[in-house]
Amino acid sequence: MDWFMVLKAFITGGIICIIGQVLIDKTKLTPARILVAFVTAGAILGGLGWYKYLIDFAGCGATVPLTGFGNLLAKGTITEVHSSGLIGAFTGGIKAASGGIAAAIFFGYIASLVSKPKIKKQ
Amino acid sequence: MIFIKKVGNQSYILSKPVNIASTASIVGPKEKNGPLHQFFDQCLEDEFWGEKSWEKAESKIIKETVNMAIAKSGIPSKDIDFCFAGDLLNQCIASSFGLRESNIPFLGMFGACSTFIESMLTGSVFIDGDFATNVICAASSHFCSAEKQFRFPLELGNQRPQTSQWTVTGSGCAILTKEGTGPYVTTLTPGKIVDMGIKDANNMGAAMAGAAEDTLLTHFQDTGRAPSYYDAIFTGDLGHVGKDILIDLAGSKGYNIKSNYNDCGVLIFDKENQDTHSGGSGCGCIASVFAGYIYQMLQQKKYRRVLMIATGALMNSTSSQQGESIPGIAHAISIEV
Repeated sequence: MDWFMVLKAFITGGIICIIGQVLIDKTKLTPARILVAFVTAGAILGGLGWYKYLIDFAGCGATVPLTGFGNLLAKGTITEVHSSGLIGAFTGGIKAASGGIAAAIFFGYIASLVSKPKIKKQ
Repeated sequence: MIFIKKVGNQSYILSKPVNIASTASIVGPKEKNGPLHQFFDQCLEDEFWGEKSWEKAESKIIKETVNMAIAKSGIPSKDIDFCFAGDLLNQCIASSFGLRESNIPFLGMFGACSTFIESMLTGSVFIDGDFATNVICAASSHFCSAEKQFRFPLELGNQRPQTSQWTVTGSGCAILTKEGTGPYVTTLTPGKIVDMGIKDANNMGAAMAGAAEDTLLTHFQDTGRAPSYYDAIFTGDLGHVGKDILIDLAGSKGYNIKSNYNDCGVLIFDKENQDTHSGGSGCGCIASVFAGYIYQMLQQKKYRRVLMIATGALMNSTSSQQGESIPGIAHAISIEV
C-alpha cells in the first residue's frame, strides 16, 4: 500500500471538509446550500478540467467528498456529448454518477431497516 | 355596577384571584440530568417512552401529565369545564391526539413557547368571567419532534450553532379552580406581537427578547408596580442569549431586573455540563419548570409574588425558508400566595 498516497488523500479530503465546517460555523448558509455549493464547485472545476489534477494528487481524498460528485457529473456529461451528441448533456452526468446514487439509496435503505433514529448527545 | 378589570393599556386585575389547585410535570432524560430534576413528578428514561414515534411519545407525555394533575387536584374529570392545551407540532397534534380520550371540552392553543402561560391566562379569564369553575391548562414539547418540525430531521445529523436552544422534552399542566387556598393568578398582561427583524431560527432568544421587554415594561406601567414588587420574575424561554439582552433592554428603560430575574430555559439545563448551548426552549420548558419548580416554591412560600412571562417565536419552517423574520410574543401573569 502506498502510505504516502493515503496521507495525501487524508489531508486533501480533510481540507475540503474544513472548508465546509468553516462555512457552517462562520456563515448563515444552511447545510443544504453548502451541499449544493460543493457539488456546483466540483462540477465547474471538473468542467474546466482542473479537478483531475486534484484527483491525480489525492485520489479518494478528492473523489469521495461532494466536490468529487460534481466533478463526476461534469466529466460524464462531456464524455457522453462526445460519444452520442447533445442528448448526452442530459444523460451523461447521471449515467456517470449512477453507481454512487444507486449505492447511496440502497445502503440508506438497508440502514433504515436495521437502525432507529436517536436523540443527539449535544 | 360592573367591575372594570382593565388597568392601563393591556393589563387586567382579576376581580377574584383564580386558584391553582394542582400542577404536574413529566420530563425527558436530558431534563432528568439537569439541575431541577428533583422538582419534576416524573422523569423518563428514554425519548420514545415505549411508543413507535416521537410524536406519539409527546402525546403520551401530555396525556399522562394532565391525568396526573387531575388526580392530584382530587377533582373528578366530569367536573372540569375546559381544557386549554397546545404544543409545537403542526396543527397542535401532540395535545389534540394525546387528549382525544379525555372527554373534556377542548380548546387548542398556540403561542409557540408561550402556549402554557397563554393557556393559564385564558383559563383565568374563563373562570373570572364565570364561564368555568375548573379548567385544565397544559402544554408540551419534545426535542426530537420539534427539531423535525422547525429545523432539520435528526437523521440528517447536522450541527447546532452556539446560539441555538435545546427544545425541552416534557409537559406541564396546571388545574385552575374558582375556589381554593392558592397560589392565585392575580394579574394578566397579554402581549403584543413584536418583530425585531431577526431571521435566524437558531437565535430565537434574541428574536423574542423585544416582545418580553414590551410585555414586562407594559405590565409595570399598567399596574404601577416596580420590579421589586416581585420576589422573582421568570421568562421562558429566552435562553442565555435572550436573558442577557432582556436585562440590558429593561435596564436601559430604567427597570433593573438583574437581582430577581431568571429564565426557565437557563434554569432547566446545566450549560457547562449538558452542552445545550443557549439553554432550553419549547412549550414544555416554562410549563414543566413552572409546574415543577416554581409551583413548589410558591407552595412553600419561598416566593410570595412571582411574575411569569412566557415568550414565543411565531414562525414556522415555511416562513424561515422564505426568509421571513421571526415575530415574537410574550404573555405575563402574576401569581401570588
